[in-house]
Amino acid sequence: MSIILDHINYIYGEDTTTPVHALKDICLQIQDGEFVGIIGHTGSGKSTLMQHLNGLVRATGGHIYYNGEDIYDRDYDMKKLRSKVGLVFQYPEHQLFEIDVFSDVCFGPKNLGLDRKETELRAYDALRKVGLPNELFYQSPFELSGGQKRRVAIAGVLAMKPEVLILDEPTAGLDPKGRDEILQQVKKLQTETGMTILLVSHSMEDVAEYVDRIIVMNDGSVLLEGAPRDVFSHYEELEAVGLAAPQVTYILNEFRKNGLDVDTSAITIGEAAQEIARALHR
Amino acid sequence: MLRDITLGQYYSTESLIHKLDPRVKLWGTCFYIISLFCFKNFVGYLVAMLFLALVIRLSKVPFRFMVKGMKSIVFLLLITVGFNLFLTPGTPVVSLWKLKITWEGIVLASTMALRLSLLIISSSVMTLTTTPNNLTDGMEKMMGPLKLFKLPVHEVAMMMSIALRFIPILLEETDKIMKAQIARGADFESGNLFKRAKAMVPLLVPLFISAFRRANDLAMAMEARCYRGGEGRTKMKPLIYKKQDYLAYAGLLIYFVVSVALGRMTF
Amino acid sequence: MSIIKTKNLTFEYIRRDEEGNVEGITTAVDDVTLNVRAGEFIAILGHNGSGKSTLAKHINAILHPTEGTVWVDGRDTSDESQVWEIRQTAGMVFQNPDNQIIGQVVEEDVGFGPENMGVPTQEIWERVAESLRAVGMYQYRKSSPNKLSGGQKQRVSIAGVLAMHPKCIILDEPTAMLDPNGRREVIRAVRGLNDVEKITVVLITHYMEETIHADRIFVMESGRVAMEGTPKEIFSQVERLKELRLDVPQVTLLAHELKGRGLRLPDGILTTQELVEAMKRNGYL
Repeated sequence: MSIILDHINYIYGEDTTTPVHALKDICLQIQDGEFVGIIGHTGSGKSTLMQHLNGLVRATGGHIYYNGEDIYDRDYDMKKLRSKVGLVFQYPEHQLFEIDVFSDVCFGPKNLGLDRKETELRAYDALRKVGLPNELFYQSPFELSGGQKRRVAIAGVLAMKPEVLILDEPTAGLDPKGRDEILQQVKKLQTETGMTILLVSHSMEDVAEYVDRIIVMNDGSVLLEGAPRDVFSHYEELEAVGLAAPQVTYILNEFRKNGLDVDTSAITIGEAAQEIARALHR
Repeated sequence: MLRDITLGQYYSTESLIHKLDPRVKLWGTCFYIISLFCFKNFVGYLVAMLFLALVIRLSKVPFRFMVKGMKSIVFLLLITVGFNLFLTPGTPVVSLWKLKITWEGIVLASTMALRLSLLIISSSVMTLTTTPNNLTDGMEKMMGPLKLFKLPVHEVAMMMSIALRFIPILLEETDKIMKAQIARGADFESGNLFKRAKAMVPLLVPLFISAFRRANDLAMAMEARCYRGGEGRTKMKPLIYKKQDYLAYAGLLIYFVVSVALGRMTF
Repeated sequence: MSIIKTKNLTFEYIRRDEEGNVEGITTAVDDVTLNVRAGEFIAILGHNGSGKSTLAKHINAILHPTEGTVWVDGRDTSDESQVWEIRQTAGMVFQNPDNQIIGQVVEEDVGFGPENMGVPTQEIWERVAESLRAVGMYQYRKSSPNKLSGGQKQRVSIAGVLAMHPKCIILDEPTAMLDPNGRREVIRAVRGLNDVEKITVVLITHYMEETIHADRIFVMESGRVAMEGTPKEIFSQVERLKELRLDVPQVTLLAHELKGRGLRLPDGILTTQELVEAMKRNGYL
């Protein structure tokens, strides 16, 4: 059970004078239950790549296999794929439309053709999973705070019971508090349900402590891939394409240059402090 | 990408026609269309065609772009021609079953077709050579005298130019919301008319909300930048007639007099 | 010299339910008294709902205080007749780059403010060129705003305010919707305005690392000023900042952590360079 991307290419505007090669020969494999961070700056192709995974955008070349089946097969059920691979767009609160939170979350399961009881059960379950307080269930979604609206929107996708959840910059525009809450909630979701999670972000620092693996996208291709600490060890390469490793990486490398024998692979403050203390024999 | 759609299909190049004041082009198009309705014979149309060909040549816009605009009205054109061809009473030339094609019908149908095509092509010359912004500026200036009748000319022009700025943004937003709802299992394509109309709700509600939010933000940003209507405003790019514009007006006048004079002559 | 001054500024609004009945009163800004001197770089920190944006809108006379007074360059903002002078003195840049650009061409947008003020045509062109140069966007003057990146759009917005020749610029979370590159671009441009053009800057943000170069920081919490001081003073209170759920720069956190492990380090370290130097000074490196 996994997602396999096999030499995916995506070119748009082929019939115009300026075609854009948005994705270049992407080969990736996503394992079941993995928490993957997709990092890259605006225009690196990360969002376009995510929209390929649930068939919203069709590659101009290559194949995508979901659980061993080619999603571009003529008789492949796209609608089913979309219920299995849930995609939460950037600023997802902009898609809310129902009169109350609960009905909005019901929209997804209802579209799957489920009966009323099952739909409502799933909506309740999803809203609880994103940690929205019960008293807000029957409020208008437009009266909630920014962070709450976003949770509702995420619940709207969760209610479809996807096996894979893709979040496109779920923390954009939130303050540090809101950001941490959302990320913790997502992590909890992954550990509790074993769901595969792909989280798109432009900040290494934000995702470093949550994800199992980082895929760095640049200019339509995969630049680096691996566990956070491995990726960050290439901090100079990241710098060259305008991305930055967490500040701790820089500090530790700076210490190392100044003669302190530290291991530079720490990704959290606690780890780094411990490592520095160890190197100083304290 | 939806964002690349430019409204009014402006064709960017350097030419004499591009450089003309938008008012010249607006008045020009107006008078050209009026002239088309004054003709009583084919000589007038011949002059009109030659004049338009000259303008197109000067504009350096490839002819196929002009014809592009025609595609959308081909159907309308065919109906007009058909009606005139078969339903004009007069001397029959050919008769098919109950339908008669009359000599008068042929004349009327071809005049209609010519008139419509010239009308469309001439207006697309205007939109192809004038940026939407310039066009609104030109209209604002031309409608200036209407302010005397308390018509909000400046406000209308400002509305038009803001609409032009936001159309690509809202198109992109539509695309995004649509994708987001499809990802939640929405179906915009199948079902009967009623079902499809109902399926639009999850698209339209967020779109309207977003439009209102943007309007609100924009109003605040405009106020913060001291916008208080057309009163006491100066222009960064004021419309001032140059020599070429006066020459163009002269050319237009000559065309109008000559074509109408020839077009109304009886031979 | 004082450019922005507030005295006991309070702003309340009435919440209503669907039928329009009064549900309660929310105090967004609660008894704020502050003073900004001409040429200062001020940062206002706080998370969403802390009242920082509401405070900002008072400086531009978009909102008027329920109680208390706001003066901009000596003018009382509640005086209707002074409104346009105030908006010209204190320009404002907003959060969403798409919703504040009015023109369809970059240069026309920058010219919008001066046009509204009735500046003569020739001078508008000079102001536009000079403002676009100040934010490094001159080469894009003929572009459509739709083709620019978020950071570039925000720089155009800053130029648009700059062209009005304000004494002070208030930026209301100008980087909240941008990626790290865009954020860097915008902050660099803002610092340039303050250093080179000597314009007073009030930067509202929830990113702490954007405030380390400020002269003074105000931290807002539920409508009140919770902390006030230089970046050094503010960042030395790591525990208090954590309590306010603000993001302390990693280097400050690490220094704090190391201090907790018994290392001799000064409070309020803001950059990697500072940390390395302090470590060297004390013989750890």
